[in-house]
Parts: sequence; structure tokens; C-alpha cells
Amino acid sequence: MELKVKQVQRVDGAKEALYLPALFGGLRITVRHFWRNLFGAKDVVTISYPEEKRHVSERWRGRHRLTRLDNGFLSCVACYMCETICPSECIHIEAGEHPDLSVEKYPVVFDIDELRCVFCGLCVEACPKDAIRMDTGVISMAYTSRHTFDFTRDLLKDSYDPKSHSNTKYEDKDLPSPKDQTEALPNSLGVPAT
Amino acid sequence: MENVLEIIMIPAVLAIIKIMVIILLFAMPLGTFLTLMERKWSAMIQDRVGPNRANIGNFTGHGIMHIAADGLKSIFKEDTMPKGADGFLYLIAPFFGLIAAIATFAVIPIAGPIGNFTFQVTDIEPGLLFIFAITSLSVYGAVLAGTSSNSKFALLGGTRASAQMISYEVFMGLALMGVFMVYGTTRVSGIVDGQNEYWFGSLIPMWGVFTQPLGFLLFFTALVAETKRAPFDAPEGESEIVAGYFLEYSGMRWSAFMLAEYVSLVGVASLITTLFFGGYHIPWLHLWENAPQWLVTILQIIKFSVFTLFFCWFQIQLRWTVPKFRFDQTMALGWKKLLPLSLINMFVTAFVILAFA
Ligand code: SF4
Ligand code: SF4
Repeated sequence: MELKVKQVQRVDGAKEALYLPALFGGLRITVRHFWRNLFGAKDVVTISYPEEKRHVSERWRGRHRLTRLDNGFLSCVACYMCETICPSECIHIEAGEHPDLSVEKYPVVFDIDELRCVFCGLCVEACPKDAIRMDTGVISMAYTSRHTFDFTRDLLKDSYDPKSHSNTKYEDKDLPSPKDQTEALPNSLGVPAT
Repeated sequence: MENVLEIIMIPAVLAIIKIMVIILLFAMPLGTFLTLMERKWSAMIQDRVGPNRANIGNFTGHGIMHIAADGLKSIFKEDTMPKGADGFLYLIAPFFGLIAAIATFAVIPIAGPIGNFTFQVTDIEPGLLFIFAITSLSVYGAVLAGTSSNSKFALLGGTRASAQMISYEVFMGLALMGVFMVYGTTRVSGIVDGQNEYWFGSLIPMWGVFTQPLGFLLFFTALVAETKRAPFDAPEGESEIVAGYFLEYSGMRWSAFMLAEYVSLVGVASLITTLFFGGYHIPWLHLWENAPQWLVTILQIIKFSVFTLFFCWFQIQLRWTVPKFRFDQTMALGWKKLLPLSLINMFVTAFVILAFA
């Protein structure tokens, strides 16, 4: 392919060499903005972050969530597709047999290490069951300890309405410790323990 | 009471009191205030909000608490010194610029004299030459900081700063020659009083900016270059030399550099006001006969402050408007354009004075 070269006309001459016309041209613009904003900031584009949140598109890849069937079960069938395709190998799934025969396979453990995740969205595309999505609209996750980024199955399946754009805020204390993750019970699927 | 007054009127004591008042009530507060205002005003220029988060309780005062926060932060920050730095020079370098910046105010009158009492620390005969001497001192701050830091980037920044400041000092002096000629004195109060005359009866005040328009432009350019602010901020190039001559500094010493920059900003503004905008003189005030002396003094202080503040604002506005010159462009502009221009200005002024006076 031939490269296209755009020739920019250089302006030379006394007017340019004087600098002053250009200087006052620039000053006119900056002073205009200054005066407009001096009395009550009118054109400010800043989003005052914690109080205001940026509106993100529904396709925006945010924190993962695990979708559920109408009966409350997780849609995930623990097929390992997402774990296999994940480029940063941050999904960890352990499959289990469900007591309810209609469910067959389900993830006993479904962990995502959000610190390793690169938010590429491949897991969403790989899933044959539409069981994992990234439409939560959570644009920032900031916690004070490392293990809180290891999102477990129960955290991921939190229902979330992307339309409302109200971020679910997790405190450290709300999040399970790594020990709790291994003890995730089938009960939390909404199925009575047998 | 009488005794106290007598002690106060001893010249040395009086000078110290004036120095205190000017430094503590005028130069330093305004300089500190400008560190915040630069950020606030630049935010307005760029349609941003600017600093507004520092608070005590719920009080943020539109960001005014940031001044306190900055001060506290730099006091408690570690004062580092790089390995192999020249200890003594490294430690004193930040204060050269600050002292030079503050010393400018020594000869600037902020209001007309009342009897024997002048609103000026000292009214020496070579007033402006004193200012030249002092501003050339401030180059030491940059040079010493650059050489003593034992850092190549700081050294480069220091070299650039010294080359730039020395070149621009040359025609800073030449640009003012015209002012000396027009008002026939180097005494600052003489120049200020000279600007209280009028052309065409009492139509146009003989302000420096009208008698020496080119001289004003040249002098202002030179002063902006002296303070190392945009568009002449080649001594600080983030992309090439990280931060310039003060790269290795931290904590309070770094703040001293910043404060020196803003105090010299105020110094430049008050110098411009004094030499080119009539100083404290309010034009056409003489038409108001038997005005009370105290009111006139207050009005003069207000006029001086308003003009000074305006030129502080103007310099900040300038910084956020123009892109910086490359270093070779700075040098070419100084030596090839502004120096000949200031010489021409000097000759033309001399010719006009000889021909018409
Ligand atoms: S978004 Fe990409 S990196 Fe993150 S879990 Fe899914 S596949 Fe892995
Ligand atoms: S989330 Fe989807 S791809 Fe991943 S294991 Fe479950 S069903 Fe398979």
C-alpha cells in the first residue's frame, strides 16, 4: 500500500515571525474559557468520580457475573470452555454432580482472579450457555487486600441490573475469606440440601 | 506611646518593619495563593474543576484548603539528598532563588509617601540597577541546584537555565534603557513620579507603556524568561530532562523552588506595574482637589494591588496559552530578534529625546 503524505503548508513571513498575532489569537480563546468558567463552572467536562459515575454502554466489559435460570439455578454447566480459552488463566472451575438429576453438572467452585483478568471478554464469547457475562457496568474495583479480588461463585452470581448503573459496593468484610471459598455449599444455589 | 513611636521611626527599625510587612503580608501570601490559583485558573481555562477535595470537616472553600495541605505535605516529606551530591551547595541552592525573588520588593513603592514616611523599604539612587543585580542572583539558584545534584538531567536543566537567564538579562537591561532616558533617572520613585505627568494637558498619562511600548514588550518578555515560565520554560522539560534543575529535590526544599517561582511572579507583576503602568499613581486623581490624604493612600495601594494581581493573572494565562519554545528557538529569539530590537528601541528613544526635548 502506498503511503499517503499530507503536505502541510508552512506559514512564514513577518506576521508569523512577530509571534504577537498568534499569541493574542491564543489568548482570546483561553481568556474566553476562563471568563465563562470563572463565574460558576459551566462547560466543565470533569466527572466528580465517587459522587458521579460515568455512564457506560451496555456492551462495556465490566465485572463478571454468572447468570441464572428462571428457577434460580446457575446456567453454568461447568464445561470448562471459559477456563480453557481464558488467556490469563484466571478462571478456576471445579465441576460437581448435582443432587437434582435435572441439573446434571454444575460448578462447585467457580473462582475468577480479577487481578489477573485482562477483561478481554473471551470467556463470555466461549460460553455455550450464556452463563457468564460482563454486563454489570462495574467499572472499577478497588479493595484494600489482595484476596478480595478472588471472586467466588457466590459473589459472581449476584443479580445485577445493568440498566440502573448503581454499582454494587463490596466492603472487605462482606467478601468471603479464601477459606470460605472451598466450603461453598450447594445450598447457595437455592437448592435444598439433601 | 511616644517612646514606641520614636523607636519605630529609627530608620533601621522602620526598614525591618517594612520588610516584614511586605514579605509577610504581601509577597509570601500572594505567592502562596498563586500556587493554588495557578491550578485553579488553569482548570478553568481547560474546562476542568481543579483541586477541590482537601477539607477540614466539610469545609473545602473551593480548594483553599489545598494550600494548607500542600504546606503540611512538604513539611512532612523526607528531605532527600542524592549520593555524591555537593552537600552544602545542594542544601542552600533552593534559597537563592527565593531570596532573590523577595529582594525585588525592596525598591518597589506601593503607595505615595506621606511626609517623610515612604511606602517603600528603601529608595536608593540606583534602584533599577539593584533589581538587575538581584535578578541575576536568582540564576545561581538554578545553576547551583543543577551542578550540586550529581544528576545528569539536573545538570542539563541547570545549564539551560543559566544560558537562558544570562542571555535574556542582556536585553532586559537594554530594554529598560529607554525608560531611564525618558524619565531621566534610575531611582524607582523618580520613574514612578515621572509617570504622573500628562500629555496634551491632562489627557493621556505618561505611563511607561505609552512612552515605551516596545520597551514594555521586550522587558516583559525578558522577565518571563527570567522566571523560567512558559513559553520560556526550556529549563524544565518533562520529556527530555525529566524536571530540570530541581529534579533531585524533595519536601520543603522543592517547595522553596516553587515558592520562589511564584514570588518572582508577583515580583515581575509589581515591577511591570511600577515601571510601565504608573506604579501607585492613579491617573487624573489630581483633578480631585483637596482629596483626603488617607483616602488617596488607600486608593493608591488598591490601584497598585489590582494592577499587580492583573499581571500575575496575565502571566498565568500566558503560560496556559502558549506552547513552549525549543531551547534553540529560545536562544535564537533572544539573540537574533530581541537584542537587536532593544538596541533599536534605545537608539530611537535617544533620537526622539534629542530631537524634541
Ligand atoms: S475476560 Fe478474558 S481474561 Fe478475564 S476471565 Fe474472561 S477470558 Fe479470562
Ligand atoms: S461459564 Fe459457560 S463456558 Fe464457563 S464453564 Fe460455565 S457453561 Fe462453561
